[in-house]
Amino acid sequence: MPKYYWEDFKVGDTLEFGSKHVTREEILEFAREFDPQPFHLDEDAAKKSILGGLCASGWHTTAMLKRMICDAFVRESASVGIPSIEEIRWKKPVYVDDVLSVKRTCIERRTSRSQPGMGLTRFAYEVFNQKQEVVMTMVGWVKYGRRHADEAVEA
Amino acid sequence: MPWFEDIELNVKTELGSHTFTEEEIIRFARKYDPTPFHVDPEAGKDSPFGGLIASRWHTAATWMKLMVPHVLGRQEQPDEMGRTPAAGPSPGILDVQWPAPVRPGDTISYSTTPVEKVEMRSRPDWGILKSRNEGVNQRGEIVLRFIGQALIQRKPKTGEEK
Repeated sequence: MPKYYWEDFKVGDTLEFGSKHVTREEILEFAREFDPQPFHLDEDAAKKSILGGLCASGWHTTAMLKRMICDAFVRESASVGIPSIEEIRWKKPVYVDDVLSVKRTCIERRTSRSQPGMGLTRFAYEVFNQKQEVVMTMVGWVKYGRRHADEAVEA
Repeated sequence: MPWFEDIELNVKTELGSHTFTEEEIIRFARKYDPTPFHVDPEAGKDSPFGGLIASRWHTAATWMKLMVPHVLGRQEQPDEMGRTPAAGPSPGILDVQWPAPVRPGDTISYSTTPVEKVEMRSRPDWGILKSRNEGVNQRGEIVLRFIGQALIQRKPKTGEEK
């Protein structure tokens, strides 16, 4: 049985989770396969670039966020995926040996009109580094199964 | 045409295609998105998708994989004064949708179309280029759609060496 259903997330609820140490090896491995730009591959080129040092691809940071979300909830919930992402901002570079963590805030929710057994939740995610700087934000809707699909609900 | 000013809007570039194998779908998902229907073909059969599907972030990162040679090619073309712009990162992406899943054996063709240029007051040497990007499978179904944004260096004024 899933541990979390749509009913378990209310507007204003926040949760902090994750602790991801970002290694040089992982940055290089991801960049070689998906984003081989000099500032993700080469220390000298990165220092001379606008980013100031070797840093993770934004797509890599996003993938690391997804992994932290998975580890925190998805495998224990009735989530059936992300219908859409409204916005991702890569606000600061993620450097070698940064440690990332996440704060998730539920900012809106509604039941599904077309699928009565489902509900939609709008989450805002902030990814912090070890200096508590926000390096990335993401806003999107997630679809969840409802525990009690027949109940009227107030947002 | 390397500088911000040189980029033509509304001209679509086909970036090429990528065929997703079961092995690479599972390898990506084990690292970044270990949901059962991304890592286990048997669990995929019992899911709403009816089989193993790629992580949405794998579908998206593969757009970048094919975009990078296009970006580097643009940066490496010298202008009439022999100058080339520096590489610029992306401040983020907007309106990301995955209308159809990617399954093992699917071949996805990716494209990019610059649609808008935004000047930056905070960084007068750079501009933001917005692009409409897509991934389409071998049956013509869209599997990825988003608005990209990239910082592109602006052309230095005449006489100003960079």
